[in-house]
Amino acid sequence: MMESLQALFGSSWPVVWTLAKIVAIVLPLMIAIAYLTLAERKVIGYMQVRIGPNRVGYFGLLQPLADGIKLLMKEIIVPTASNKGLFLLGPVLAIAPAFAAWAVVPFDATLVLADIDAGLLYILAMTSVAVYGVIIAGWASNSKYAFLGSLRSAAQIVSYEIAMGFALVGVLMSANSLNLGKIVTAQAGGFWHWYWLPLFPLFIVYFISAVAETNRAPFDVAEGESEIVAGFHVEYSGMAFAVFFLAEYANIWLVCMLAALMFLGGWLSPVPFLPDSILWLFLKVGFLVFCFLWFRATFPRYRYDQIMRLGWKVFIPITLVWIIVVGAMMQTPWAYLFH
Amino acid sequence: MLRKVKDVFSSLMLVELLKGMALTGRYFFARKITVQFPEERTPMSPRFRGLHALRRYPNGEERCIACKLCEAVCPAMAITIESEQREDNTRRTTRYDIDLTKCIFCGMCEESCPVDSIVETRIFDYHGEQRGDLLYTKQMLLAVGDKYEAQIAADRTEDAKFR
Repeated sequence: MMESLQALFGSSWPVVWTLAKIVAIVLPLMIAIAYLTLAERKVIGYMQVRIGPNRVGYFGLLQPLADGIKLLMKEIIVPTASNKGLFLLGPVLAIAPAFAAWAVVPFDATLVLADIDAGLLYILAMTSVAVYGVIIAGWASNSKYAFLGSLRSAAQIVSYEIAMGFALVGVLMSANSLNLGKIVTAQAGGFWHWYWLPLFPLFIVYFISAVAETNRAPFDVAEGESEIVAGFHVEYSGMAFAVFFLAEYANIWLVCMLAALMFLGGWLSPVPFLPDSILWLFLKVGFLVFCFLWFRATFPRYRYDQIMRLGWKVFIPITLVWIIVVGAMMQTPWAYLFH
Repeated sequence: MLRKVKDVFSSLMLVELLKGMALTGRYFFARKITVQFPEERTPMSPRFRGLHALRRYPNGEERCIACKLCEAVCPAMAITIESEQREDNTRRTTRYDIDLTKCIFCGMCEESCPVDSIVETRIFDYHGEQRGDLLYTKQMLLAVGDKYEAQIAADRTEDAKFR
């Protein structure tokens, strides 16, 4: 079957095959994003003793579809005072890195689109590019709310990226590799060998920074409705607005996927008598994503100066100290604890 | 000093955040209180002030005697009444309009009525599809009263001992 297909496409086969693999990743990802919006409304509803959307389809299962169709039908209003080219480039720049980063994510020991050695570096680069979408959208809208929102959001993402990067440095030191697959295999040996335990402070800092990076509650000052309406996407409507939301939810899946790979052993089984499987990965990612929704249902929004204080004065010192601790411990007989 | 150390420690350990999450986590499994509206409805008082109705006596004679007390008392000035003398020398309305877009549903028309003619019913889920649909005329109000007389009468009996 494969050979006949290969013969059919001839020399263009590698391109076709790679495209097919990209579709195989992006399509389920899009569905996961769409259903995360439903899951969010359901989970928050349940935590507020409500039942959430349940009218469109059984258990509200067609709700994301209905929302998507509604947003597709709506007009994309481009403000006259805006910079039109950049205004439309903003959402594209927000969503493209959120999808592109998935290229190096290993779903299984062999199931990875691009098994490159600097995978982690590539992901950090991609997530850094995403902030340009926010900045450009805020600036091109030519509206003070959008501008303030994008400033807030940019400052926040840049600050927390440092803490996030440092948290990942600890993982690199333990795994001795930037390749995501190798980082996972370095954690082999069951629940107590995953990096969440020796790098516990880094795990917590990474996860909280991830919430801040994705501009989610309680760090969602970028779209603090009570102050600046909707933040950087206040001037967007229809599908352009939806693309920002898709990017936000794609980023949630991405950072949770990374947390599962770096700290929770990816596809490795927590107990020796069960086989390693991609299902474990989905389970871990699912739990972390649920935590995102749980946070949103629980915590009130941070004040802006508190966010900056937490990022610069708490997280960066903690990560620096723990990196030194890890480095020092590796020179002692207890080094095996950190590998 | 010791207290300060304890505070720093508990904030680093995210103690209060975890407490908050435990609370919302418990509520995740709590029984939901949502009332699924069109299928389920909340209990309603017999004094509920919804859509207006003009009532009739059992013999079919309309109750309203055009005293215009409701028109006078209406704080939103939503009621317009015109009257004339009928052949049997009784005074009756020729026009009784309630502009439901002006009405604030305070119930004062109902309270002021000496003959229990204008009443507010339990009906609250009605709508108009174009301009003017919510300007209820005498005929429309009488029709509402005729249609829901049983319910209106029952509500009035139930509430009578408190009036």
